[in-house]
Amino acid sequence: MSSRAAWRLESLGFTSVFFYHPGKLDWVSAGLPVEGSAAGIPNLGTVARRDVVTCRLNEQLSAVKARMASDPTGPCPVVNDQRIVLGLLRSDAIKANGAKTAEEAMISGPVTFRPNVALEEIDRYLTDHKIGHAVVTTSEGELIGLASAEDVHRLHAESMASTAPK
Amino acid sequence: MPTTIDRSRLREMLAAGAQLVEVLPRREYDEEHLPGAVSIPLRELNRATTSQLDKSRPVITYCYDYQ
Repeated sequence: MSSRAAWRLESLGFTSVFFYHPGKLDWVSAGLPVEGSAAGIPNLGTVARRDVVTCRLNEQLSAVKARMASDPTGPCPVVNDQRIVLGLLRSDAIKANGAKTAEEAMISGPVTFRPNVALEEIDRYLTDHKIGHAVVTTSEGELIGLASAEDVHRLHAESMASTAPK
Repeated sequence: MPTTIDRSRLREMLAAGAQLVEVLPRREYDEEHLPGAVSIPLRELNRATTSQLDKSRPVITYCYDYQ
């Protein structure tokens, strides 16, 4: 659509025309500011913790476990040099398979979510699918962070309470 | 010929004074749009609606994603 619009502008006499093909989703996914009536409303990106422990495909789980000491209940995203999410190590897999590599123990291609997902939507999804954490990425798959189902539920409840009629 | 750009180039061009046009329906623009963007829905792009734009400066269009 942005490409067609750019061509249309050119047909109207504009000579320096560009189109940002990745679009609004890419911008929002990167956590950049927006304007409009929905700006500032808490969403999944608000809840996601950025300081999560990650690991590489060839890392031994014993080494991952040692680094996860500060957050033993969380999963560990498996990423490449570009922080693209390749897999996810569940906490029980990290504890049980010390000699294996992350690649051998990970869930490949885990479900990921964009940060602009509404709290109501993600709260319902995580509850319905009994998922403990949402992996939050840009539209290109770059890791932004993790959001626990507990944090999502708590912030959703708080935002509902703050907007309820008094 | 229109050229596609990525987020990094977009930010550079905006800092240098490029104009930004969201071509999605107005309701989507009202909810959320990139800072400084103007709304001209694709179906309304014509000589009259684009008269607000400066032809001497670069213009960048965008929609929701790669559609």
